[in-house]
Amino acid sequence: MINIVLLSLLVVIAIAIIRMKDLFAVVMLTGIYGLLSASFFVAMDAVDVAFTEAAVGAGISTLLMLVAITMTGRKEKVTRHKPFAALFIVLITGGLLIYGTLDMPLFGSADAPIHSHVAPRYLNDSMQEIGIPNVVTSVLASYRAFDTFGEVVVIFTAGIGVLALLFVPRRKEEDEKIASINDSMHEHHLVIRIITKMLIPFILLFALYVQFHGDYGPGGGFQAGVIFSSAIVLYTMLFGLSTARKVINQGFIQLMAAFGVLFYGCVGIASLMNGGNFFDYNVLSDDPVAGQHLGILLIEWGVGVTVAAIMIIIFFSFAGRRELQQHSENNKNRESL
Amino acid sequence: MLMGLFNNWVVIVLMMSGLYIVIAHGNLIKKLVGLTIFQTSVFIFYISMAKVNGGSAPILSENISLYSNPLPHVLILTAIVVGIATTALGLSLVVRLKESYGTIEEEEIQRQDNQQNQALNKERDK
Repeated sequence: MINIVLLSLLVVIAIAIIRMKDLFAVVMLTGIYGLLSASFFVAMDAVDVAFTEAAVGAGISTLLMLVAITMTGRKEKVTRHKPFAALFIVLITGGLLIYGTLDMPLFGSADAPIHSHVAPRYLNDSMQEIGIPNVVTSVLASYRAFDTFGEVVVIFTAGIGVLALLFVPRRKEEDEKIASINDSMHEHHLVIRIITKMLIPFILLFALYVQFHGDYGPGGGFQAGVIFSSAIVLYTMLFGLSTARKVINQGFIQLMAAFGVLFYGCVGIASLMNGGNFFDYNVLSDDPVAGQHLGILLIEWGVGVTVAAIMIIIFFSFAGRRELQQHSENNKNRESL
Repeated sequence: MLMGLFNNWVVIVLMMSGLYIVIAHGNLIKKLVGLTIFQTSVFIFYISMAKVNGGSAPILSENISLYSNPLPHVLILTAIVVGIATTALGLSLVVRLKESYGTIEEEEIQRQDNQQNQALNKERDK
C-alpha cells in the first residue's frame, strides 16, 4: 500500500517539475524526488540502494545542481513553439511500452524469471562461499567484483572529465585576494558554523562505520564515500574553498582518487599472482572464507577512497569556478565605478 | 492484474515525463533534470522487479527464509553513484557553455552558431 502512495507522489512531483519555470524550485523538487524514491526503495527491501539514493539523490546531486544554477541563472526561458511533436512522440512511446508490460510477470510474484537464474545461488550458497550476511555486499564485491571495478573506473573517468572542464590554475596572490572576499561573506553564519564544526566528526565517524559495517548491514564503499565527502562539502560551504583546500590539499585528493582505483585493481592482480582468477579472493589466504573477507574489505576500501575523492574533486571544481566568476564580476563592477 | 502492473505503469509515466522534458525544454539544466527523472524511473523498475511478496531485505539471518532478489540491488546501487558522476560531468559542460555563449537556452546557442556560420560563409564568398 505504502508503495502506491510513494509512487503517486513521485508522479505528482515529476509533473510539477515539467510545469515549473523557476530552476531553483525545480532543483529543490528533484531533491524531494530523490528522497521519496529512497523511501520507496526501503519499502521494496532494497536497503543498500535506499541508503545510496538518500545520500546521492537527495544530497550531493541537489547541491551540485544548485551550484551550477548560481553560475548559469535560475530562470528558464519560455519556448515559443508548441511542443505537440514532443507530446506525440512521448505518448506513442509510452503507449507501446504499456502494451509491452501486459506480458510482464506480476509485481512480487516469487516465480518470475528474474528470480530463477543466479539469484538462488547467491541467496543459498553465499553464506558458505563468502561468509558474510549482507548478500548485496558479497555479490557487489566478490561475485561481480569485475563489474564493480568497471563502475569505479567510470566514476574516476567522470571525475577527470569534470576536472579537465572546470579546473583553473590560480596564482598565489590572487588566491589570497579571493579568499579575503570569501571570508567576509561567511562571517554572518556564526551559529551554523559552530554547529557544523560539532557535527563534522560525527559525520566522518558515521562514514567509517558505514564503510566497515557494510558486510553485516546495509552500507559499503559507495555509500561511505558519498557520506565522507558530504562532510567535507559541508565544511567547504561554510568556511570557504581556500580554507577547505588548506585542510585537504587538491593534489593530495587527486592522488587519492587514482590510488583507490589502483588499489582495487591490485587486489585483482594479487589474486592472479596467487594462482586464482582475476578477483578470486579464495587464494588470498589459506582459508577460502578468510580470503573472501580480506578481499572484500580491501576492495570496499578502494571503492570508498575513490568515490569520496571524486565527489570532493567535483565539488571543489564547481566551487572554484564559481569563486573565479564572482571575482571577475567584482573586478568588472569596480572598473565601471 | 491492475495492482500487479501498477509499478510498471508508474515507471513508464515517470520515464515519459523525463523524455518529454529532454525533448520539449530548451534549458540545458532542465534537460539534465529530465535525464535524472528518466534514470530514476529505470532504478524503480529494477527494484520493483526484485521484490518478492513476503520477502525480506537480502541480509541473511537464521529466522528468515524468504528474501528479495539481491542482484538488481547491486546493479542499481552502483548505477546511482555512476549517475551522479556523469550528471556532474554534464553540469560542468553546461557551465562551460554558459561561459562561452552567455546563455544555456538551446535555441539561443543554435542562433549564435548560425550567425557565426553565416558570417564565415560571407567572408569566404568575398
